[in-house]
Amino acid sequence: MTQPSLTLFEKIWQQHRIASAGELDLLWVDRHFVHEGSFHAFDKLDGSGRPLAYPELTFGIADHYVPSNLDRLDDDPEVAGMIRLLEDNTTKHQLTYMGLGHADRGIVHVAAPELGLTLPGLIIVCGDSHTTTHGAFGALAMGIGATEVAHVLATQTLWQRRPKTMRIHIGGQLADGVTAKDLALHIIHQIGTGGATGHAVEYTGSAVAALSMDARMTLCNMTIEAGARVGMVAPDETTLAWLRNTPQAPKGEALEHAERHWLSLYSDPDAHYDKSVTIDANQVAPRITWGTSPEQSVAVDEPFATVDSEATRSSLEYMGLSPGRPIIGLEVDQVFIGSCTNSRLSDLRDAASVLASGTVKVPTLIVAGSNRVKAQAEDEGLADIFRQAGASWGESGCSMCVAMNGDSVAPGQRCASTSNRNFPGRQGPGARTHLMSPAMAAAAALNGKIVDIRHPDKGAPA
Amino acid sequence: MTPVTQVESPALLLLDANIDTDQIIPARFLRKPRSTGYHHYLLYDARYDMHGQPRSDSPIPEAESGAKIVLAGHNIGCGSSREGAVYAFVDYGIQVIISTKIADIFRSNAIRNGLLPIMLDQAPFDALVSHCRVQPQASLTVDLVACEIRWGNDNCLTFEIDDGSRERLLKGIDDIQATLAWETQINAFADSYLSQRPWVIPAHR
Ligand code: SF4
Repeated sequence: MTQPSLTLFEKIWQQHRIASAGELDLLWVDRHFVHEGSFHAFDKLDGSGRPLAYPELTFGIADHYVPSNLDRLDDDPEVAGMIRLLEDNTTKHQLTYMGLGHADRGIVHVAAPELGLTLPGLIIVCGDSHTTTHGAFGALAMGIGATEVAHVLATQTLWQRRPKTMRIHIGGQLADGVTAKDLALHIIHQIGTGGATGHAVEYTGSAVAALSMDARMTLCNMTIEAGARVGMVAPDETTLAWLRNTPQAPKGEALEHAERHWLSLYSDPDAHYDKSVTIDANQVAPRITWGTSPEQSVAVDEPFATVDSEATRSSLEYMGLSPGRPIIGLEVDQVFIGSCTNSRLSDLRDAASVLASGTVKVPTLIVAGSNRVKAQAEDEGLADIFRQAGASWGESGCSMCVAMNGDSVAPGQRCASTSNRNFPGRQGPGARTHLMSPAMAAAAALNGKIVDIRHPDKGAPA
Repeated sequence: MTPVTQVESPALLLLDANIDTDQIIPARFLRKPRSTGYHHYLLYDARYDMHGQPRSDSPIPEAESGAKIVLAGHNIGCGSSREGAVYAFVDYGIQVIISTKIADIFRSNAIRNGLLPIMLDQAPFDALVSHCRVQPQASLTVDLVACEIRWGNDNCLTFEIDDGSRERLLKGIDDIQATLAWETQINAFADSYLSQRPWVIPAHR
């Protein structure tokens, strides 16, 4: 009998299914990450009276509450207390903990992949929606809520309804100066923030195969902004090359064994997807959001929104913009380069290659995604370039992506940001966020306004 | 978790599209312990101005209005997975959220906290909204046993929800306790799975 054709997602799902009850499947979880926000889940676990089932499969990392300037922790006992709470909970349950000062600490979605904790074919969960990032390795990785986190702690399993499958096929190649961030914004603009809700997305096609692991992570990271809880890329030689350089991935014979398994993880040629979308990478230009939803973006050389709905009107009002103008030339008050979307080494190299040629005109904060990235950036001289250009170089962590650790954008201020969410209030009450790639953000820093990275000197209409 | 069977109350309208969880509860409140209740943080930045004073254009009444049902715009709950967004609705007294699309993680958090998420097609949703606009004080009845929403004189529509979610809500099931019934299967699975793929456990932890 021939095997039925399966997608990558379906293969991994099946390999982890323990039991079913109605439409829900009970899944085995291979990897679980907890951060400061997981305290609700530890409270629930303690309330249940259950011990932690598999301490060797859960890893604690401080990221959300780590300010870019650690001295500030002295002034904010509530924030410092959140980090301590994670330390207490991980110690009590004997979990590996990467806290302040730990050389491997960083944003969960940056640190875990570089340590080799993220592996193809695993089910990976974390109480954070950007867990989609780990799908770049061909893992089935998804964000979960606190009650689910408690359930994983207690049982190493999760009840889930199987999502539908969706393929986003990206043909062609990205042009110079166009990055995975632009591609992600392009896709979300095309399908909408709810365009992939209820689906597990797989990215395929020549443009995806050509992406580095850093770029694949950026793409998978933003998948949640199109509504999908899972975004993945089948493992290939690029994936394996990355893993061979990590400290925690299997070695020697175990690696050979693992690699045989990993290379069996691809969608069969005639596998069925519930939904398919095709994107032409050649059509993608550097993109910037103008509104308060990641779907509200334009190519840098296009005028943005005409008022076509109540949603557009209220977004423009929040952003302090009038419709129909070009986004190029728009003045910004500050720049943030960081977050789990764009704070890896290649992102920082992109930013440095722009910043090497001048001095920033507006306050600019650059934050590595992890202490390892930070150390590498310092070794390579990127940090020196940032400082010489007048930018601040912070402690690694979530920083200004989310207003909860003391880094935030003041009300009414306009921030060019490489993060993933331009929601009202995301970077602080009243903050106005424009999402873009690291190179575009760096160019905005040098010019004090938005320019086209492909022709930075062309200037802008006044 | 409080079971949800039948809920009868007027509805609050929150009809903007894409009300994300950062708006439902801004990140700076996520550090608060649940014991003090999260009702105060619900839609905080839309309810209060920079000085903490109630805003005249607040989308919801300052004092808990007694409404247990929310009619929400498309794609409610998108964004961050923070379960605090569900706590904020629940602690404010909300037991049912009805929309044309509800984001995945928010939806599963809701089911695990006694908040019934209902997705309707556009036309029936619009009918409910019109009714609530004309008669804001009138009650809707949401009946999870019959999977029906009833209002006015004999108006009734049915909704769909998967059995697993329905049962969890009807019985107020606590997942961890319920899963204990599967412990033998879980252990058997783990033994065979981890012996086939020992490299799943990191060697140098
Ligand atoms: S960097 Fe931002 S989006 Fe990423 S995990 Fe941290 S807070 Fe969430």
